[in-house]
Amino acid sequence: MSIFVDENTKVIVQGLTGGQGRFHGLRNRDYGTKVVGGVTPGKGGGDVDAIPVFNSVREAVEATGASASFVVVPPKFASAAIIEAAEGGITFIVCITEGIPAHDEAVTFNRLVEDFPGVRLLGPNCPGIISPGKCNIGITSGDIALAGGPVGIVSRSGTLTYQALHELSVQGVGQTTCVGIGGDPVPGTNFIDCLSAFQDDPETKAVMMIGEIGGSEEERAAEWIKHNMTKPVVAYVAGVTAPPGRKMGHAGAIISGSKGTAQAKMDALAEAGVHVCLNPTEAGAKMVEIVKAM
Amino acid sequence: MDLFEYQGKQYFARYGIAVSPGDVADTVEEALAVAERIGYPVVIKAQVKVGGRGKAGGVKLADNAEEVREHAGNILGLDIKGHVVRRLWVERSSDIEKEYYASFTLDRPNKTHLGMLSAQGGVEIEVVAEENPEAISFLSIDPVRGLDLETSRRWVAEAELDEVAREQAAALLVKLYDCYTQGDCDLAEINPLILTPDHTVHALDAKVTLDENASYRHPEWEEYRADEFEDPREKMAKERGLNYIGLDGTVGIIANGAGLAMSTLDVVNQVGGTAANFLDIGGGADANVMAAALEVINADPNVKSIFVNIFGGITRVDEVANGVLEALQRVSIASPIVLRLDGTNAVEGRGILAPHLNDHLITEPTMLDAARRAVALAN
Repeated sequence: MSIFVDENTKVIVQGLTGGQGRFHGLRNRDYGTKVVGGVTPGKGGGDVDAIPVFNSVREAVEATGASASFVVVPPKFASAAIIEAAEGGITFIVCITEGIPAHDEAVTFNRLVEDFPGVRLLGPNCPGIISPGKCNIGITSGDIALAGGPVGIVSRSGTLTYQALHELSVQGVGQTTCVGIGGDPVPGTNFIDCLSAFQDDPETKAVMMIGEIGGSEEERAAEWIKHNMTKPVVAYVAGVTAPPGRKMGHAGAIISGSKGTAQAKMDALAEAGVHVCLNPTEAGAKMVEIVKAM
Repeated sequence: MDLFEYQGKQYFARYGIAVSPGDVADTVEEALAVAERIGYPVVIKAQVKVGGRGKAGGVKLADNAEEVREHAGNILGLDIKGHVVRRLWVERSSDIEKEYYASFTLDRPNKTHLGMLSAQGGVEIEVVAEENPEAISFLSIDPVRGLDLETSRRWVAEAELDEVAREQAAALLVKLYDCYTQGDCDLAEINPLILTPDHTVHALDAKVTLDENASYRHPEWEEYRADEFEDPREKMAKERGLNYIGLDGTVGIIANGAGLAMSTLDVVNQVGGTAANFLDIGGGADANVMAAALEVINADPNVKSIFVNIFGGITRVDEVANGVLEALQRVSIASPIVLRLDGTNAVEGRGILAPHLNDHLITEPTMLDAARRAVALAN
């Protein structure tokens, strides 16, 4: 099994007619994802490589029965696009947009919680989700993933997600689902949401978790793992050498005062029984060892 | 982007938050002119983006022109924790009856806004939080609903601000919240917020961090950019549109993706080296981006070797390889370059570089191997 998406998930792409939307939307379809429509206001009735384009999410959902949306629009339109998806009946929204103001993210997140409690947002500023062989929504290159499980991956960083997939796939260890939750301050889906789903997924036997400096999500995840997780977890946290007070690329990756350091996160995870590794290669090797011993 | 105190006060003033009258000065003469204009006594404050100015001698009271000359002369050029003072803020001295603390920031775990208010201001809030946590009144604010005056009134009462200060403070906090939200701040902090003997409330300091992602809707931030960088390398990188942070090691780093760039710093450190910088070239690593990245790193005299760490996803490794070769034609690079290339079209990319490899252009099969090689060359 997989989490959040599977081979039956029907996906629309908000922004399909844009350069990025077209590129990634078609790549996702080529991978085998059921990309059933696109949404661009004013361009309804047309198509992108035979994928029908609609004027609104509601129209697209009514015509195609889609339950998931891939949001690929510029930062100033992203919040409205996410809310439109929820209003239009979408229940799983993946937003890859980078550069959305934090205050917009905070308002959007809380509007979803208050008005659309059944809707899950993944991202913004994330690589998306891939369930190898079944569904790929986002910008992850499908050929670095390997179908068949048994590892679930959850990561705050894009390229480190690819690195993690690569480390496992080259050793012949497959993945059930790989979720990139993104590096922004207000992620729609967090570590615990994914860990909990992996814990409940019978085909996922172990989880690889990739964190980074900033915030306290890794510490909260550690606390959750300690009390709820029975499956082995291998973790890597990037940014041990990051200086305080500087945003390391991601809006959320900043050490403020004594909070948010990689060391504090690694200590909390180790204390919760997680196998904490010092670099992605080591984390990959550790996971391969755990899986081979199963 | 962190603002200097004077910029923070100017930003507060846009939202109607009361601050002391004052102006900036870059020389002793300018400081004197400001003091004469606003009237004595004045406070002369070093403008640096680091805490602990007072203890370092960066904040002084002056009663007359002679004292302004003396203090302004001493403070300009002063080194405060590695930050050299180049600008002063000169403002009218305020009589202080009480010092409070007020701030708004994002509560990341709860995904709401967090207001912090204390009747014990003037000292670092971390110290208050440590020694006397009940002296801070926390207010969780739903970003959808915002903060209204009624809630603010209850909050100042709960925080036990002096009765005479409450109505003004409640109104000021609503303005500060507006500044924080409409002004797209990551942090808006006043410490101290003061009550004067004649019962007025105003901001005596300003700590503001702006959210860069919101700059597209704030053309007024442009004026803050001129003073943004103290590090000339960062200024050069910003001009070339690169996501760069200067550090003090000897291995120059170029990676695609923030996470991988951070991880590259870590790995270099683990194998005994030190990174000269953080540099994320993002998704499109064409020749222009690569040339700009190599140029910035080449300008750093501390750099002894360069580690290019690429994991192609969207980024195609063959394009990166071509980009590196093209960049090398345009820029003469002093230090040896070690590349680790993986991911999309890695085989093609390595093939493109193969005929050009020499002791100044080296490839290694893994991130760890490449880190070891780059560090060995740097040490």
